[in-house]
Amino acid sequence: MKLVIAVIRPDRLTAVLEELYRADVQGLTISRVQGHGGEREHVETYRGTTVKMELSEKVRLEIGVSNHFVEPTVQAVIRGARTGSVGDGKIFVVPVEKIYRIRTGEEDQAAVTPVGVPTHT
Amino acid sequence: MNQADTAWMLVATALVLLMTPALAFFYGGLVRSKNALNTMMMSFVALGGVGLAWALLGYSLAFAPGTPFIGGTGMALLSGVGLDVKGTLPHVLFFCYQGTFAIITAALISGAIVERMRFGPYLVFLMLWTVVVYAPVAHWVWGGGFLASVGALDFAGGTVVHVNAGVAALVAASTLGPRKDFARQAFLPHNVPFTLLGAGLLWFGWFGFNAGSALGANDSAALAFATTMLAPAATLLVWTVLDLWRTGRATAVGGATGIVVGLVAITPAAGYVSPMGAIVLGALAAFPSYFALIFRARTRLDDSLDVVAAHGLGGAFGAILTGVFANRAWNGTADGLITGHPAQVVAQAEAVLAVIAYSGVLTFVLLKLIGRAVPLRANLADEGMGMDVSQHGEEAYGAGEGAILVLPDRRVRPRSSPPSEGGAS
Repeated sequence: MKLVIAVIRPDRLTAVLEELYRADVQGLTISRVQGHGGEREHVETYRGTTVKMELSEKVRLEIGVSNHFVEPTVQAVIRGARTGSVGDGKIFVVPVEKIYRIRTGEEDQAAVTPVGVPTHT
Repeated sequence: MNQADTAWMLVATALVLLMTPALAFFYGGLVRSKNALNTMMMSFVALGGVGLAWALLGYSLAFAPGTPFIGGTGMALLSGVGLDVKGTLPHVLFFCYQGTFAIITAALISGAIVERMRFGPYLVFLMLWTVVVYAPVAHWVWGGGFLASVGALDFAGGTVVHVNAGVAALVAASTLGPRKDFARQAFLPHNVPFTLLGAGLLWFGWFGFNAGSALGANDSAALAFATTMLAPAATLLVWTVLDLWRTGRATAVGGATGIVVGLVAITPAAGYVSPMGAIVLGALAAFPSYFALIFRARTRLDDSLDVVAAHGLGGAFGAILTGVFANRAWNGTADGLITGHPAQVVAQAEAVLAVIAYSGVLTFVLLKLIGRAVPLRANLADEGMGMDVSQHGEEAYGAGEGAILVLPDRRVRPRSSPPSEGGAS
């Protein structure tokens, strides 16, 4: 089991969600975050005060998946999020010790398998 | 000069001017937060750009003596617009009052092209449109042009303002094309309370728009005031009932839209119909716009804030209904279909068709000409980042985190801690 953490451009979110849906990845958490990945800062001006905005709006997706789902998930995110310019974001895949499904108490593999799909081993 | 008339028209002019900031709130609430400032600025900038285009040339082309199709240039640069009396008002006040109409009309078009049109070309378009499209059409109806001689009734600008802006919006939306991700992603309003605030302020300002179009403190103004109160009330109620009937829920955006549609529909009729006629007119006006909104959402036309359905269709429908409900017992000049003068409906339809044809063609030509010189649309990256940052270098709801001061005498201050490799992305 892995946790796939992706940080992407907010305006690519729809495309990423579509790709994930096509890849049969269900169940994810997203949050709005701010970050910096070396992209060009944009400049804003408020009444003569000019500032460089070092942090850009990003969206962070967290997707808990079973091992054989890691690659399709990562590829789906890349297909949806890539524009080719600096600032497209990052994907981190981290190991997960334990997963519980709160509703049923199911653990691990069963907990990240959508309802109605037989559990792969 | 009549002092009572002048006093009322001073107030009415300020009321109509307030409608443009009101429109900014109405539109601003309906877009996504990353485009809020840009959308509001599209209305606000009309106060400057259109205000000046009107003063320098537009007013003359609308109201100076000329042909039946366009006024002369005798009053260009405000020459001859002084303290002498026009009607019962100081001429300069009449000019200001008409200017507030030009400003709001041009700003209305922005609803069709928000979230994608570049700001510079938009401003150029607005100013040219005011001179080339709005001024001649205003001349046709109010400046002694051919629609006045046809006998078409347009009390406060149903054709000049709303049909005109609605058709321009239709052409502009189709010329620019839909927004990125249109029909793939739902674009939700980011601040519905703004939209309600805008609708309320529009209604308030509209009393100056309609009752002020009597150009005096008289019974005609009182009638227009009453109809401006009653027609939107009926539209709002019918709209709410339609909402409840269709979905079981009365929506706030729907209510705000219903108010505007009612105001648009009563505009040409304001001083011509009875108060009861206004209620029926307002109730009827809800139907075409309500169903046009639902239909539009299923098409490829990205008229983003539904200017065509609310202003184009609402204005055309109101103009035709003016020919149905006009009542000489109330207005002293013209009867409509119900009181035995069916030819009035034909005159109304002629006026609507003339404005649709002229505004449609000229708006298209203007946009194509400007589009030849500069790109009309923001590029996809800028559109994705949001028009606030890309067009204005400001954010409506910036958190201010990560903002580094750029000092005027030095280059950017060095970062105290550069982002380390593999740090936050």
